Amino acid sequence: MQWPTLANALFPRGHTITERDDFLSGEAQVGDDVASATIAIIGTTGHAPIGVEIALAQATAILNTVRDHPGRAILILVDTQGQRLRHRDEMLGINSYMAHLGKCVELARRRGHKILALVYDQALSGGFITSGLMADACYALPDATIRVMGLPAMARITKVPEELLTELAKSNPVFAPGPENYLRMGGVRAIWDQAGGALATQLIEALNEPTAGDDRSALGLARGGRLLAQPVIAAVVAGGHVLAA
Amino acid sequence: METLNYRYENGKRTLAKNPQIVGVVGSGNLEVLIESAPLDGACTIEIKTAAVGFGAIWEAVMHDFHERWLLADARISINDMGATPAVVSLRLDQAVQTMLEDAR
Amino acid sequence: MSSYLELSARERLQQLFDPGSFEEFLPPSERVVSPHLAQLNAPVAFDDGVAVGRARLNGEFVYTAAQEGGFMGGAVGEVHGAKLVGLLQRAVLDNAPAVVLLLETGGVRLHEANAGLIAVSEVMRALLDARAAGIPVIVLIGGSNGAFGGMGIVARCANVVVMSEEGRLAMSGPEVIETANGVEEFDARDRALVWRTTGGKHRYLLGDCQMMSADSVAAFRQAALDAIAACAGGPVELTLEALEREQQLLAERLARFGAMADPADIWNSIGMADAQRVSMLDADAFVAAAAAHRLGAP
Repeated sequence: MQWPTLANALFPRGHTITERDDFLSGEAQVGDDVASATIAIIGTTGHAPIGVEIALAQATAILNTVRDHPGRAILILVDTQGQRLRHRDEMLGINSYMAHLGKCVELARRRGHKILALVYDQALSGGFITSGLMADACYALPDATIRVMGLPAMARITKVPEELLTELAKSNPVFAPGPENYLRMGGVRAIWDQAGGALATQLIEALNEPTAGDDRSALGLARGGRLLAQPVIAAVVAGGHVLAA
Repeated sequence: METLNYRYENGKRTLAKNPQIVGVVGSGNLEVLIESAPLDGACTIEIKTAAVGFGAIWEAVMHDFHERWLLADARISINDMGATPAVVSLRLDQAVQTMLEDAR
Repeated sequence: MSSYLELSARERLQQLFDPGSFEEFLPPSERVVSPHLAQLNAPVAFDDGVAVGRARLNGEFVYTAAQEGGFMGGAVGEVHGAKLVGLLQRAVLDNAPAVVLLLETGGVRLHEANAGLIAVSEVMRALLDARAAGIPVIVLIGGSNGAFGGMGIVARCANVVVMSEEGRLAMSGPEVIETANGVEEFDARDRALVWRTTGGKHRYLLGDCQMMSADSVAAFRQAALDAIAACAGGPVELTLEALEREQQLLAERLARFGAMADPADIWNSIGMADAQRVSMLDADAFVAAAAAHRLGAP
């Protein structure tokens, strides 16, 4: 889905989102006739590779929101092909720019800003880890692709035959790129129905959900997608054995 | 991957309480986990190896290892990634030596 | 004097902390191995490549983890990541004086793909939760694999990053970049370039590494102590002021150096002339020479 169509569906009451060099930012109105609020939007489009500029632009928008609009909710719209693979970005320390973005999201959360993310097209690995995956909750559209790396590159690096990976990617949650797998593993809270006015309604519901701590490992266990993470965390915390499901 | 299991009955030397681990599961290397266990005096060795089809060599190396140390009530578990017999023997001996040092 | 670079994770834990003081949580005898590696015919490790627990540093317990670079490149899978999260959560519950993470990792374990990615993100959240609870988090980077990928991001969420010259800190490895965009983009076999771009000295000059250490366990031990002491002087949790300062640093870095082709151009620009000479200096001499020129908060 193209971002303007998405934005109109999410925000029937209007928005001021603009795009510059694949970076989205602006404000939007959510709510109904009883109660409405302005929320901040940041994101990417065009399967943008996340380099130092976009990471910094997102972080700047987050801190601006924290400073200028205390308590305002933030929605991150995710469409990225992952981190930019350039010598220049590594030289400048892209890991630091991404960490900075993640820390800004965390600061906003601590200051009472609700942070949601929506993967509306692609989300790969490094382009996603300090934006979408740092949110209070990450949602996805049914056609979204969420993955760590393309299979050919993965085969080259792991030395696992590409045929085996392709076979596993068909159904194995660890490799398959659909949002259903992230849902099962607890990484995505829900997949949104994109029919009719459903997107706007689901957004409002998500904004109204109380913010808990990071409960993704418990979700992964409950949904059967990650059976060891939560028991291992619990065993380390308690100093005991792993009580596997 | 291949799993191999060996059990030896005529051991004499028992081990200290704390498990020990030596080695790293990297290319050409292996890790050896050694623990005291109630096995009616036996020494058991379980090997999970990425190098398939070397059962006869493993058997010889394990046999020599047991003759060397004659461990009793000992459980040894190995994760192997293609180590040579010499490296396997070395790690096994290191594992036992670490056990004995810890006991002192 | 033990080279930190050459030691295994467990050897680093034994030698860096007070002798015999390391107590492991969920030790290898528990055999909590990866549930995902068998389907790829890959061997497992009984500790899934990371040892977590607590150990004494000058008599006081700190909570610690050491990643084993020799297993799967130290990369983070479901169990490995969960052990790190559990350690950070337990540090909060036990009100630990500090967490010291000995990182050596390629980032997300590709063999566990999606599970590894979520795990790294959970480690990031748990690390920031620990800081929010007032527990300083110190990261030591000095292994041959460096700290890459999502863990290169996690490292920069810590209070202090300590690196040796041999250590590397980055996001994408040079091989990945070369494969994606060609050898002209980044020649992965040009070791000098790789270290100029991602090595400890460059990160120290940029301000992404706050302390340099020589490649010895003793030096890293002292650096860990110094780092913990340095954190006592101010807030450990994230603050708006600190993030604003960092944002300014990063914006200026981009503005000043964004058009430069080689890290040596950056060093020249900040007054550290002669890249060859910079590479030759030992840790103490380098720190002294860099003092008047390096960027980042003091």
